[in-house]
Amino acid sequence: MNKRQREFVLPEKEARELFKKHSRRAFLTAGIATAAAVGGYEWMRSRPQENMAPWPERRVLRVNEAIAKSYLSDGRLAPTYSTSKIGKLKPNGTYGLDDDVDAESWRLQVATGGPALTLTLDDIKALPRVTQIVKLHCIEGWSTVVQWTGARFADFTRKYFPPGQSLPNYVYMETPDSNYYVGLDTKSAMHPQTLLCYERNGNALEDEHGAPLRLVIPVKYGVKSIKRVGLIRYTNTRPPDYWAEQGYDWYIGL
Amino acid sequence: MQKVRLKHLLAIRWFHWVNFPVLFLMIWSGFLIYWANDVYHIAGFHFFPAWVYNLLHMNYRLADGMALHFFFMWFFVLNGIAYVSYTIISGEWRYLVPQSLSAFRDAWHVMLYDVGLRRELPPQEKYNAAQQISYTGIVAMGIGSFLTGLAIYKPIQLAWLTWLFGGYEFARLIHFSLTIGYLLFFLVHVAQVIRAGWRNFQSMITGLELEPPSEAAHE
Repeated sequence: MNKRQREFVLPEKEARELFKKHSRRAFLTAGIATAAAVGGYEWMRSRPQENMAPWPERRVLRVNEAIAKSYLSDGRLAPTYSTSKIGKLKPNGTYGLDDDVDAESWRLQVATGGPALTLTLDDIKALPRVTQIVKLHCIEGWSTVVQWTGARFADFTRKYFPPGQSLPNYVYMETPDSNYYVGLDTKSAMHPQTLLCYERNGNALEDEHGAPLRLVIPVKYGVKSIKRVGLIRYTNTRPPDYWAEQGYDWYIGL
Repeated sequence: MQKVRLKHLLAIRWFHWVNFPVLFLMIWSGFLIYWANDVYHIAGFHFFPAWVYNLLHMNYRLADGMALHFFFMWFFVLNGIAYVSYTIISGEWRYLVPQSLSAFRDAWHVMLYDVGLRRELPPQEKYNAAQQISYTGIVAMGIGSFLTGLAIYKPIQLAWLTWLFGGYEFARLIHFSLTIGYLLFFLVHVAQVIRAGWRNFQSMITGLELEPPSEAAHE
């Protein structure tokens, strides 16, 4: 068949034969394509799982992550809002908050690769105090505006990470009881709006929001903003992450 | 003599049939995601009642839905870009895009014809005006889904885009509404395909249409 030509006027018998021949071939192709699509899908979904997601899905999530990382910039800031836009924040998730911790007895362990550090809340408060009103995006799909006050993780790192050493690729944080933990790429952690936060809407953090110190990382879904940080570790191995182990994307950058 | 017509080009048929399961998976995974914050109502109808989720086993599958959505988004977007590029390069767009504003009047007449209130169809080329508007509209919807999807996927890195769609919440609402739009399109589309009959449906698979032998040929 000529590619350009779209009409063929033929004797009836030949026309029918041409039509039949091409139809047979097309239906055969359609059948094979359908089987391949269904088979391909079933194959993909039945692959061995990595952290509760089939590995092909994990691989694509990693590709998406690589693209998002190349685009991530400290220059692109989460929009900030006026105080009138502050909304209600429901305390979603209490993992890692079961123990009784008060601001006096609480300590922050820091593992930099150098000598281990143990810090108090006053050490964090001694860092430049930053207040920001930004949107919290929950992975469930809702969002709300919150005012956070704390120290930039970048300032914290500049002060406590050994000078002269290159910064590892990842940051790991966990609650004092180790029941909740997040893994972060260092670039997102060092974003100027990532805070180690001790106040919400002008008051000291409530227990259910992660007292005495929590992470606030607006460039990620809320699940990465770990409440009640007990340990911070700089590491070159990709750290485990509570929700990533439940089938969620590890990176979830916004 | 009898005429065999190449009605649908091979590439167009492929784009169409690739899009069908891919869009289905995007809608399905989208609803798995939506379940986690299913806040939309219209005139007392809740999207969606609990029995829908239960029937289709859609509960507690947010992670599954997100992974699927961010997997198949590539197929959806690349196939969409290929389709639109092809219609432009091949010139096929001329049949698909309404050529003047009178298309809206003609489309109205087509609808009246379809429901039996008019005797004759307005003159048309390959597609009637109602089809042109639908097939152009569905591409615009696809572009809308892509852009609002990006706006809620990367609301910080693409904050300008999110702002353009009226903010995160509104972008999410548009993204959802477009999905409902696809379901409505699908209902009408399938009804029309059934009405048009097997020969028409077949041509979307084979590309060919065998026209009845002309009277002249019988003489």
